[in-house]
Amino acid sequence: MEETRLLLGDEAIALGAVHAGISGVYAYPGTPSTEITEFIQTFSPQVRSRWCTNEKTAMEAALGMSFAGKRALVCMKHVGMNVAADAFVNSAITGVNGGLVVVAADDPSMHSSQNEQDSRFYGNFAMIPILEPSSQQEVYGMMKYAFELSERVKLPVLLRIVTRLAHSRAGVRITDAIAQNPLNPSNERSNWVLLPGNAKKQYASLVKKQDLLKLESENSPYNIDTDFEKSGQGIIACGIAFNYVMENDPTVPVLKISQYPLPEATIKEFARRCSSILVAEDGQPVVENLVKGILGNGYPVKGRLTGDLPRMGELTPDNVGAAMGIVQEKSFSTSENVMPRPPALCQGCGHRDVYNALNEILKGYEGARIFGDIGCYTLGALPPFRAIDSCVDMGASITMAKGAADAGVFPAVAIIGDSTFTHSGMTGLLDAVNDNANITVVISDNLTTAMTGGQDSAGTSKFEAICIALGVEPEHVRVVVPIAKNMEEITRTIKEEIEYKGVSVIIPRRECIQTLNRKLRKKRAAQQ
Amino acid sequence: MKKDIILSGVGGQGILTIATIIGDAAAVAGLYLKQAEVHGMSQRGGDVQSNLRLSTETIYSDLIKEGGADLIISMEPMEALRYLPYLHKDGTVITSSHPFRNIPDYPELEKIDEELASLPHSVSLPIEDMAAEINLPKSANVILLGMAAKYIEILSPEQLRESIKRIFAPKGEQMVESNLKAFDYGFNSVK
Repeated sequence: MEETRLLLGDEAIALGAVHAGISGVYAYPGTPSTEITEFIQTFSPQVRSRWCTNEKTAMEAALGMSFAGKRALVCMKHVGMNVAADAFVNSAITGVNGGLVVVAADDPSMHSSQNEQDSRFYGNFAMIPILEPSSQQEVYGMMKYAFELSERVKLPVLLRIVTRLAHSRAGVRITDAIAQNPLNPSNERSNWVLLPGNAKKQYASLVKKQDLLKLESENSPYNIDTDFEKSGQGIIACGIAFNYVMENDPTVPVLKISQYPLPEATIKEFARRCSSILVAEDGQPVVENLVKGILGNGYPVKGRLTGDLPRMGELTPDNVGAAMGIVQEKSFSTSENVMPRPPALCQGCGHRDVYNALNEILKGYEGARIFGDIGCYTLGALPPFRAIDSCVDMGASITMAKGAADAGVFPAVAIIGDSTFTHSGMTGLLDAVNDNANITVVISDNLTTAMTGGQDSAGTSKFEAICIALGVEPEHVRVVVPIAKNMEEITRTIKEEIEYKGVSVIIPRRECIQTLNRKLRKKRAAQQ
Repeated sequence: MKKDIILSGVGGQGILTIATIIGDAAAVAGLYLKQAEVHGMSQRGGDVQSNLRLSTETIYSDLIKEGGADLIISMEPMEALRYLPYLHKDGTVITSSHPFRNIPDYPELEKIDEELASLPHSVSLPIEDMAAEINLPKSANVILLGMAAKYIEILSPEQLRESIKRIFAPKGEQMVESNLKAFDYGFNSVK
């Protein structure tokens, strides 16, 4: 079977993983990783693929599938790695049975994120192999390789991608699929029961494996040293940076790095042929720092730390070209007739009514602060609402409101979406209940994970039950419908609950206008 | 031969449909293609763009270099200007002349029109009025593609028409017909 398909980088990962015989994909939606799981859900019914509550539950479920001998894929955006970190780091200590690949989708330039942390740090931290593809075709084939590598070295493998690969389409040649692994649960209890006695042995074995992992990198088909006849300032190009280097027609030696830990011998040999090295890597200066260590004092290494490339933001063919000394002819200058056009809450969105009501009520309270969270409703920070005072990480609205209330802020209001609440808000609400914190929590429920395009939300139809079970007084769990004609009722409800001294929860509930319209369009199409 | 195209507009205006039609035509023609899209937060009524690269040779970068785009195809006039630094000095701008005003400080339309007219190669037409004229208000984006068809060169207008047939076939014969009509209307309105 030889066929070429036009695929997003995310879709190439999905198809590559399915063709590598995965039995399950575990994920929480997050830009730019969401389309991997969506693609598998749409086209591969033989793979378990229901959305998880958060990245940690996803990572653990995948580890369980690996324990049972089958291949599992975990997908998340870079900040999801922070949530999954406990399970992720310890999965390197247990090791794996069936192949386990973790996809972390980084977002340099923060197109849709609150930071640009580099997931390669996590891979190095956990001491496991990292793969960093440069193209859609490469990552498709790399999935099979990743699962084989994982089973060969008995460790999870981290696949690190960036937005520009995730969300860019290209033709991909498809090859044959292989069958899923049979059920074969591990009997090696001492590997999996991480009591200190066992953990010490497992950690020692992980440390000992590092030489093997380096050898894998030295021989990797994805780390490519070419142009043996060229000399001058060499370029180490990691992952997608390779494309930007090649776009500028390099006349100097180029070493492509797509597998870690870094192949030290290859890098030393490469450095001998060069007078200096430019490290081009998207994200943070991970390799630049490591290469300095490998080559030692005095060897000139350039990159983001030396200012040859920008310290932050994503790489482009332009800034890489400039670092290579290529002078680009300017064409047109930036237009003066262009204004920023930030994203906004959709017309007809229920979050709009919630913010209108909150702003109306809180005008009467001078000390009021609203702690926001991660989702579409973060856009409430922008005009015309300017309604939230913080947005930090998933679930932080409730816990920050609690801390601020502890310090004396009143009213301390948290606003959090339905999916974010089940992701990381529930535990914070329990803290607030146990300490009888004087906070008002608004769970703005649009029945979906809207920001990432309308995936199922883990808590749909369960929110009142969850809040009451966590100990919120039933009479202080209030549901309203956020539409303009209910404004009087909504504002009155908010005011009453602000005045209640203790934890109260208000649930404005109305379906996301986007998912609603999509359903209506489908219905109309079906009727035609 | 290669063609680097920037598609631009406001989230929800349908630039990804244009990209899908061109992408499908390129795939069938056996061209190399890279198409970087914008997903996520910026789709909510913010500015959106897609870098579409077509070539008979291997393409490396998913992104177009500054001064490298042969074409800017835009659903909105101010959004066309946003990417001017990416336009090649001999490049062409094909845009809707109809402003999408969802920001309080939208510039004076006259100035935008003047700047567009001052470019060496630009075509600006009221595609939304045109779409209403032929009773296909939702096909303004395909009219725009028709306007751009002469300039895409690496694919013929006929190849793009064939792609429209394939893309809209699952939605029924009527959708195919009306989108072909929109494409032809756009194509014939550019000399």
